[in-house]
Amino acid sequence: MNNEIIKNGSQMVCESLIKENVDHIFGIPGGAILPLYQVLPEYPQLNHILVRHEQGAAHAADAYARATGKAGVAFATSGPGTTNLVTGIATAQMDSVPLVAITGQVGRPAIGTDAFQETDITGITLPITKHNYLVMETKDIGSIIKEAFHIATTGRPGPVLVDIPKDILQEDGIFEYPQNIDIRGYKPNIAVNQKQIKKASILIKEAKRPVILAGHGIKISNAYQELLSLAEKCQIPVINTLLGLSSFPANHYLYYGWPGMHGMAYSNLILDQADLIIAVGMRFDDRITGNPEKFAVSAKKIHIDIDPSEVGKIIQVDVPIVSDAKTALKELITNVKDKEHSEWLIQIDRIKNNHPLKLRDTQKLIPQYIIKELHEITEGKAIIVTGVGQHQMWAAQHYTFNEKNKLITSGGAGAMGFEVPGALGAQVGRPDEMVWSIAGDGGFMMTMTELATIAENKLPIKFAIINNGFLGMVRQWQELFYEKSYVSTSYNGIPDFVKLAEAFGILGIKVTDKKQVKSAIQDAIDHDGPVLIDFIVESEENVYPMIPSGATVEDMMEEPTSQEIK
Amino acid sequence: MIKNNSQLETRIVTALVNDKPGVLNRITSMLRRRAFNIQSLAVGHSEIDNLSRLTVIVEGGDDIVEKLTKQLHKLIDVIKVNDVSDDNIVSRELALIKITSTPNTRNEIIQLVSIYRSKIVDVSANSIIIEATGDDQKIRALQDLLKNFGIIEVIRTGIIAMNREKINKRKEI
Repeated sequence: MNNEIIKNGSQMVCESLIKENVDHIFGIPGGAILPLYQVLPEYPQLNHILVRHEQGAAHAADAYARATGKAGVAFATSGPGTTNLVTGIATAQMDSVPLVAITGQVGRPAIGTDAFQETDITGITLPITKHNYLVMETKDIGSIIKEAFHIATTGRPGPVLVDIPKDILQEDGIFEYPQNIDIRGYKPNIAVNQKQIKKASILIKEAKRPVILAGHGIKISNAYQELLSLAEKCQIPVINTLLGLSSFPANHYLYYGWPGMHGMAYSNLILDQADLIIAVGMRFDDRITGNPEKFAVSAKKIHIDIDPSEVGKIIQVDVPIVSDAKTALKELITNVKDKEHSEWLIQIDRIKNNHPLKLRDTQKLIPQYIIKELHEITEGKAIIVTGVGQHQMWAAQHYTFNEKNKLITSGGAGAMGFEVPGALGAQVGRPDEMVWSIAGDGGFMMTMTELATIAENKLPIKFAIINNGFLGMVRQWQELFYEKSYVSTSYNGIPDFVKLAEAFGILGIKVTDKKQVKSAIQDAIDHDGPVLIDFIVESEENVYPMIPSGATVEDMMEEPTSQEIK
Repeated sequence: MIKNNSQLETRIVTALVNDKPGVLNRITSMLRRRAFNIQSLAVGHSEIDNLSRLTVIVEGGDDIVEKLTKQLHKLIDVIKVNDVSDDNIVSRELALIKITSTPNTRNEIIQLVSIYRSKIVDVSANSIIIEATGDDQKIRALQDLLKNFGIIEVIRTGIIAMNREKINKRKEI
């Protein structure tokens, strides 16, 4: 008898994770998952980072995945441990992020009895995971974890949850890790349909006013070079989605910003005037289309997406190409001839000049200025992690993303609080790069508990809190759409963030004046370790441009000139 | 109500799915979350081990059924999906209809039931249970006729559908 292959369930989980090249895990132990934690010292390759709240584990694993392109792994115990993961799992689902959550469950005999810390987490996460599993036999651990990673990372990536009862983690069995995988109902690698490529090539050939609308799929499929090549070969301007930012160099002459509710006015106007939109790895989110019936009506649409259910979901398209971005772009490049669009480029430059992204010249401390300075001082080399709201929009507008994969932000789910654990995950994933977390005071207070994790692990993350004392984006909506009735958006009793940072052993800097901005940012960079800068900014600054929810480009509000007088 | 229903455009989608715990839950959860209106859903073992066949009747036109098939297909436990609405299919449903009966009405009921090639499966002192098989239209027509006797309870299995052999193939035989 070969004793070596006899393992207990917990060891099988660890062996499986090592087979999947996992090196970091974010989590918190608890009763049901304890057997798994107790074997972790046997596997020093698996670095476990003890977070302070499970939401932090899920967001950190998510950001780790976005930063590295590998699956992120989160551990949590049954009951509240797993339910705390839910926001992070939903975030990963909305933004197509490969996240594998491994959760402890009560023992098999106790399932269904309302046992202590029993929660039906596979039921709860059913609509917010790509797939999930409840392991009911120890011998299945290897094949289920292999499937989980395969499903999470291939096709359109997404979160997969594996729930393992405690008695399975304790039970001995023969460990087998399958070499190959064959899931009957999951075959994501579809060859590109050549007919559609031909049709798309004809549309590109005939187009007079084409635009490429490049999304998160470019980053996921590592299609940076292909995007650049197609744009340059056919002289097609590129517009990014929010999650697509940093997939195309923003200092390139063919780059024309990002559109949508708070995107650049010129980007929206260019899309509106285009006669062909080549949408790649994006899903026509409502924050981009506004009213989908009036979105870019004069444009024919080519839609490249790996998920067939995204094609035709919001917008009727002329040529659907179900494929990953890299493969489809490669095919298109070989099928199209070089082209010029000098007239169109002149036309859109005029639009850009007439509707530029403004940065007000004021002596007051405004967030836009801070971001602009941050970009200049970091030379655009920092990884930017944001929360959700006004500061996120300003970060996306004013930090110019010239390099690959530099923005990590919660797009579809819009999860405030992403900024703290998100920065944690990004820094763990890319330890040699500078990570700046641009935070809102509201979101920061939702997850600031992870400062303890960051301090403990000596992660040199720099925080820039854009502190306006409000839930700023909500306040902006109240100002514009609810007659300035600021119900429950103003914070009375914001903590002193500098003292708070110090309490965690983190350097805190307060900035109240425009003149202090540059030196504070420089000081933060020079400091060897985490730093928090509390920027006390103008409290009622609005994000412009703005297209109200469900409206059209004609309803776009650009920055009012009277703003300066106010 | 029934009449209203019959005016709605409906489509028939069949799918081959894993026969595992929780699979039906995944399917119905998706239908609910994506706000599909379904008229019926029938599921049972197929001819293949570990796989079930299900038939969904969904309200809506081409666009809805296209979205439904794509969303179904996206589920890992769904192997194959077909929109068979425009195919040459046989579709059937089984209904049990319990109606009040008296010695005076019993004969009339038996006549009606035999015209509709249905069966009486239970006769009690004050009621009769009828088993009817057919397409949706036939069952509704029978139900309409039986209304006058006083319907106590109706239960229907939901439609199941199967493609006929392709016509050119049938000719060869």
